[in-house]
Amino acid sequence: MTGAEVIIKALEREGVNTIFGMTGGAIMVVYDAMYDSKINHILMRHEQGATHAADAYYRTTGKVGVTIATSGPGATNLITGLANAMMDSAAIVAITGNVPSGLIGTDAFQEADIYGITGPVTKHNYLVRDVNDLPRVIKEAFHIASTGRPGPVLIDIPKDLQIEEFTGDFDAEMDLPGYKPTIKGHAGQIKKAAEALKLAKKPIMIVGGGSQSAADELLEFVENVDIPVITTLMGIGAFPTAKDQWLGMPGMHGTVAANKAISNCDLILASGIRFDDRVTGKISTFAPEATIIHMDIDPAEISKLVKAHVPVVGDLKNILPRLSEYSERLDIDDWRKQTAAWKAKYPERYNTEKPLVSQEVIGMLRKETTDDCIVTTEVGQHQMFAARLFPTEKPRTFVTSGGLGTMGFGLPAAVGAALGNPGRQVVCIAGDGSIQMNIQELATIYKHQLPIIIAIINNGCLGMVRQWQEMFFSERYAEIYLADSNPDFAKLAEAYGIEGHNIHDRESAKIAIEKASKSNKPVLLNFFVYEAENVFPMVPAGAGVADMIIGDQMPEGDYDDVIYEAEVVK
Amino acid sequence: MSLEKHVLSVTVRDKPGVLVRIASLFARRGFNIESLSVAKSGIAGYSKTTFVVKGAEKTVEQVEKQLQKLIDVITVVDHSEAKYVDRELMLLKVTVKSSEERTEIRQIASDFRARIVDVHRNALIFEITGDEGKMEAFIEQMKPFGIVELIRTGRVALTRSAADPKILRKAKITTKVI
Repeated sequence: MTGAEVIIKALEREGVNTIFGMTGGAIMVVYDAMYDSKINHILMRHEQGATHAADAYYRTTGKVGVTIATSGPGATNLITGLANAMMDSAAIVAITGNVPSGLIGTDAFQEADIYGITGPVTKHNYLVRDVNDLPRVIKEAFHIASTGRPGPVLIDIPKDLQIEEFTGDFDAEMDLPGYKPTIKGHAGQIKKAAEALKLAKKPIMIVGGGSQSAADELLEFVENVDIPVITTLMGIGAFPTAKDQWLGMPGMHGTVAANKAISNCDLILASGIRFDDRVTGKISTFAPEATIIHMDIDPAEISKLVKAHVPVVGDLKNILPRLSEYSERLDIDDWRKQTAAWKAKYPERYNTEKPLVSQEVIGMLRKETTDDCIVTTEVGQHQMFAARLFPTEKPRTFVTSGGLGTMGFGLPAAVGAALGNPGRQVVCIAGDGSIQMNIQELATIYKHQLPIIIAIINNGCLGMVRQWQEMFFSERYAEIYLADSNPDFAKLAEAYGIEGHNIHDRESAKIAIEKASKSNKPVLLNFFVYEAENVFPMVPAGAGVADMIIGDQMPEGDYDDVIYEAEVVK
Repeated sequence: MSLEKHVLSVTVRDKPGVLVRIASLFARRGFNIESLSVAKSGIAGYSKTTFVVKGAEKTVEQVEKQLQKLIDVITVVDHSEAKYVDRELMLLKVTVKSSEERTEIRQIASDFRARIVDVHRNALIFEITGDEGKMEAFIEQMKPFGIVELIRTGRVALTRSAADPKILRKAKITTKVI
């Protein structure tokens, strides 16, 4: 057996049946070995696309995503995808070829120090130096990627090792004395959390990406204690939006109800969140009076940004049922009434007197799609609108680049989501700016006839930057205009063999979405929307979450009692 | 922001690349490594590194946790939290201009328990071990004679207790987290 054959066999042992990759000189031996295997390899058109697809494959299935690339530029193209997976805790195993061992360090053709480069953007990485280590290294990589706080692991394999004859033990044990994630929550801490919760008069629960794998336990717990629930961008889908307890998203573009609840609560039960600055706003004004119970699998997240009074380290699947056991329905009727009143008073609404607006389009998409559909997004205004107007109902269905904010994520992510979930509806909500960052993946979508609705919310500019320029840079619109040189997206889709439509008005938008949602094949819908639409409410960077800017696009209403125009700081 | 000095003993797998990971972690958190020593530990396959770092107090805990997250890191002990002994070794070359000076230098060296390791007609090399204060004091004493060159190993440290590092680590996590 050669090293390459060992790699394929070891991947099969891990249950891998789908790989997203791109071949090349230093990895073609592995591809040659894969030629005879049952693994379904998806030839992506760019390595970055491959990592994002693997990332979304993990997020939507819970199975480790696998990506393969060649040395040098192939490997460096993975970096953004690895960093993205690291920030959003997605389990990926990336395998890269490298130049033969003897040439490493000589500036050989297509050589890059990928082991050195990827250290800070992976949970762990390997440069394999002995062919006989391969089975153990691959086993370890999958174990590290998928346990504890999930994350990307990269294995760099010089070409000579792929050719060399394997003489070692294929069943070699893992050798990880320094890796022991805490799974079981500390009993004493869970009791303390239950006691603190019982005493609270105005508690809230903030649900983050870490809760996606414990959605059943979460729902059971919330139904038991009946506590108001806020879902972060990464937590969308982990809790059903139809429930009374749900108050929406917190933070910079959060709902009024969620931010009001944070500002007035006396306890935060944080469930798999890491208190990102987009969630907390100014830390010193973030729920300063509240007791913080922080449940997370990563001890390094405890008190990193917000001091935790009761930390509980472990897997939420283990912690939540036990916390539930110690708890009963909370005696907080006044607080429930208060949060419900905020939620009722400030529903999602937008002005439809203007030309077609993004929010309307996204609302229409939600209406026409199924309850278990998967949404992927690019990054920008449309992403925030999607989070607010198209929060999905099931766990692992809202796939977005939260931590890194990677433009170019959504389209390849839709590929990974569609391939990981055959038969499920996938909607990719994109902007005209970000979709062009990985638009080559239209070819992959065409080839596999993936039933993805690609909805481009085309405002002809880099909208989120435009919004900041309007608000904080005296309307000096530096380098955000795209409309004069955007391609005709419908024609572009057609050039790739995908049905495409350019849509300018409400009526045709409605018809096109209805048709697309029933077509079961890839469709690209290019919606021309109002350019100057802004995402509101908004908490300016550096302000506290109570200081929401309401903006001029919400219908007239009585907002004075709760929100006011914040002092805008450049 | 006050910068505190911390002595961290980190037991790691003896593998290529481990030190780079640790160093880049310090750099990313704005920690300057003042001294660093790496050597084999008592157990085969493991090295013991001692870092003296300067950084803001509130980020130290975070750095320790981030170190613990590295797969090849086995234990992290922050000596600033417990009683510990630390030593470093220095080689110092000083010029000797006269026989009176030679006598004087040798007397001072003897007071510091520094050993002569090389003798030249107009220079002496001393070997001295001790904590940082002793090193600094010896340097001060030798300065007037003219120090040609000196080199220091960086500190190594051990906690003053019979407990093994695993137990320390466990105890530390409980006290920190609760």
